[in-house]
Amino acid sequence: MYKPYETTIKNQAQTLGEKFANISFSYVLYITILAVIGFVVLYSAANGNWNPWAVKQFVRFAMGFVLMIVLALTDIRFFMRYAYVLYFITLLLLIAVEVGGHIGMGAQRWINLGIIKLQPSELMKISLVLALARYFHSTSLQTIRTLPGIIPPALMALFPAALIVMQPDLGTSLMLIFTTVAIFFAVGVQLWKFALVGVGALSVMPIAWHFLHDYQKNRVLTFLDPERDPLGAGYHIIQSKIALGSGGIFGKGFMNGTQSHLNFLPEKHTDFIFTMLSEEFGMIGGVTIIVLNMLILIYSYAFAIRCSSYFGKLVAIGLATNYFLYVFINTAMVLGLIPVVGVPLPLISYGGTVMLSIMASFGIILCVHINRNIQIGKD
Amino acid sequence: MNRDKDKGKVLINRSFIMIVAKLVLLSVIILRLYYLQVYQADKYKMLADENRISTRLLIPPRGVIYDRNGVMIASNRQNFQAMIVAEQTPNVQKTLDEFKKIMPLSDDEESRIKRDLKRNRSFVPIKIKDNLTWDEVAKIQLNAPDLQGVYIDEGLSRDYPFGASMAHILGYVSSVSEKEAKADNDPLLQVPEFKIGKAGIEKLFEKDLRGKGGSLKLEVNAYGRVMKEIERIEGVPGKALSLTIDSRLQEKAYQLFVEQEQSGAAIVLDVHTGEILAFVSAPSYDPNAMAKGLSGKEWKELVSNERNPLSNKAISGQYSPGSTFKTVVALAALESGIVKPQTRFFCSGKMQLGSHAFHCWRRTGHGPLNVVEALMHSCDIFFYETAQRIGIERIAEMARRFGLGKEINVGLDNEKPGLIPDKKWKLKRFGEPWQQGETVISGIGQGYILTTPLQLATLVARIANGGYAVKPTFTKLTDKAQIKKMDISSEFLDIVKQGMYNVVNVPGGTAYRSHFNINGQEMAGKTGSTQVRRITMKERQTRILRQDELPWKYRDHALFIAFAPYDNPRYGVAVLVEHGGGGSSVAAPIASAILQEAINLDIIK
Repeated sequence: MYKPYETTIKNQAQTLGEKFANISFSYVLYITILAVIGFVVLYSAANGNWNPWAVKQFVRFAMGFVLMIVLALTDIRFFMRYAYVLYFITLLLLIAVEVGGHIGMGAQRWINLGIIKLQPSELMKISLVLALARYFHSTSLQTIRTLPGIIPPALMALFPAALIVMQPDLGTSLMLIFTTVAIFFAVGVQLWKFALVGVGALSVMPIAWHFLHDYQKNRVLTFLDPERDPLGAGYHIIQSKIALGSGGIFGKGFMNGTQSHLNFLPEKHTDFIFTMLSEEFGMIGGVTIIVLNMLILIYSYAFAIRCSSYFGKLVAIGLATNYFLYVFINTAMVLGLIPVVGVPLPLISYGGTVMLSIMASFGIILCVHINRNIQIGKD
Repeated sequence: MNRDKDKGKVLINRSFIMIVAKLVLLSVIILRLYYLQVYQADKYKMLADENRISTRLLIPPRGVIYDRNGVMIASNRQNFQAMIVAEQTPNVQKTLDEFKKIMPLSDDEESRIKRDLKRNRSFVPIKIKDNLTWDEVAKIQLNAPDLQGVYIDEGLSRDYPFGASMAHILGYVSSVSEKEAKADNDPLLQVPEFKIGKAGIEKLFEKDLRGKGGSLKLEVNAYGRVMKEIERIEGVPGKALSLTIDSRLQEKAYQLFVEQEQSGAAIVLDVHTGEILAFVSAPSYDPNAMAKGLSGKEWKELVSNERNPLSNKAISGQYSPGSTFKTVVALAALESGIVKPQTRFFCSGKMQLGSHAFHCWRRTGHGPLNVVEALMHSCDIFFYETAQRIGIERIAEMARRFGLGKEINVGLDNEKPGLIPDKKWKLKRFGEPWQQGETVISGIGQGYILTTPLQLATLVARIANGGYAVKPTFTKLTDKAQIKKMDISSEFLDIVKQGMYNVVNVPGGTAYRSHFNINGQEMAGKTGSTQVRRITMKERQTRILRQDELPWKYRDHALFIAFAPYDNPRYGVAVLVEHGGGGSSVAAPIASAILQEAINLDIIK
């Protein structure tokens, strides 16, 4: 009765046109609105100039948009089939960067491909989700609930996370771990195991603290007490809170953010762009961003639930979680809720790699939705 | 299949938990936004304004000072400064080198400029040189193409057109000291360029002259660069002040000292009001240089000068009044009734008291004289006799009535009280009873008695005006009713005035050589010379050295108090020449020249 190879392909074959029509336009619209808000804020960040940021950001968004559509129209079984291959290629690139980084001077996180700089750690966020989805797709619930069943996926996550933390990029590494934890939770790993690992992690924290770089230690300490160093590391958090708070409900008005325009706010076009937006457009602006992101998440989960394949569900949940982590870590950071970890606000912060990886994620999530009726075998 | 279903169910259940958790976490973000942007908005708005608004105090123009005729004696001069902005020139060193071609810079100046450039951000203007002349300004502007980043800034600096001549009246302004900043909470004192009155009228009327600081609110960026002006509140300029000084008379009096290279003091009063018309202490210092700041060497020179240019001799110098004090002794004697106008004492040149002999300045003696004659010849024996008869208490009481022995409180710093001794004072000060010999020498203004030149001017003004207790003042007297009639008989005053007239206008008077007559207006006065060394017995037996044979600091102080015109007194003057020799030969000619100038200028209409 259950024929993994034949039935799945035959039954739900769609033409390219049908697939295109199946793209969720609301979803694309929310994404586009966020990107456009980004252009506007970047225009203000450059004191009323489209250069140097807004134009480039637009070009990247356009490229990302094409990538998103292409991935959306791809057959989901392609991702299933090549999940492990992609994972290993990404891992190799990560090792190459690590080795190259040690040969070259200082920390290098990317491979220069000419037109774009490929950042393997960014690519790993997608590759790992695909690889884990494939693993759990093919594994029974019983196996998942055993210890041997979760050791391979745990290693799949820990190995790249370790490589990335050495770059050093604590933020990306933590996001990778969080995403993995979320997937483990989703597939039904028992809660006591999380508790056990959590307690274990807490107990090794003092040792881990030892291995952190000084600037990372400073960030944590400064988060705990920003006044500790008001002109140094704490300066960012203090100035960000002043900018946000002084924006009030309605903001100081477009191009009128004093904290941003007088350079009290650092990194206003990248990591602290949410602050600048909330200074100029007030709470209204900030809440708009959060609500749009909530909608994107709700849609993503809806896609996951409506998808018939376990692989598709897990891919959508994993990528959505990854996206959520960006949004939450960035906003919580600029609001002074968590330490400054250097995570950008996707779609809005200036930066090419994240834009492309996020748009790719959206493409794959859309793909899950378009291919929702396709059954995938446990190969 | 069943197992697959379970697996799918678990995924869906846990997905719901996850999406709810995510929405809850994002709601926390919204709550946080609410907390910061609504609940704490006011606090952060204030902090944002503190960040961006920089308030600078604007120094108000200091009140100018006029003399009695409306001549400016302290003003605010435009001070041109050459400034450099590092970021506006491609090469700071090259620009400075070009600047040096136009105007030399000392090594000190150059290292200061470099230090300032290093300490400040590149957009902060740094002073290269100030107090530029018009020529220098023109040169800099002519060479502007080679001097990128250099511009001329205008400020105000205090200027004293009469320089040293009025330094002891006006004082000067200079940078605020830590002590002054602590004592006064006016925020202006915190401004680095602000200058405060350090001495004289500048200090006395500091509050009036200062005005009220304005403020300038500027928007600055995180690096302190000024982006725009937000608000400017103009301050209140300092109040202009008019003094009673007549700058022409002042200049004349000061020049008399300078020309003769004398040190001392001269004060001219309006005898009816006490208004100070001239107030000289010589030598003096340049207040303009003080306002700019002196170098260590210049300062050392001023401090170590044996003639003490920084000391205001008119109020801080305490001298024995010498024979000028005989006017007071005469009044006390006449009032006591012990000495009548016609009472005569015989001067043999020497008076014996116990084992001690007191000498007259005229060794051969004056013969018999009454009080008028005694004043005219300044006979010492007459006043020894008189003092001995009336006693020190009567003399001290009369001296105090005429303003001696206590501060006049004219308002300037370091005013000294002088000293009028009496029996009680001696006992308290030395624990010894008063000696009769001390009364005797007090009769000729020697001994413990000390007076300041300003007190002597007050004394002569009160004699001249017929016994009104005028008090010297630098500002116009608003209420003449303040001047009280003193308890002194005008008959006695007339006798003393007669004596003073004879001193100047009758041949044989001690200051006859200084007499003048301008349309019937004549001077009356009293000479005085006070020893600053003791004449030894041996010297007295051989020959007393002439004044010009002594080193400067051992010569006598010369004094002269006078008023004019005799018939209708208007001007009272006291002149003291430190180590000048004789009152008649040095001090009287100066007083005479000053009074003639005052009469010719017709200062008091």
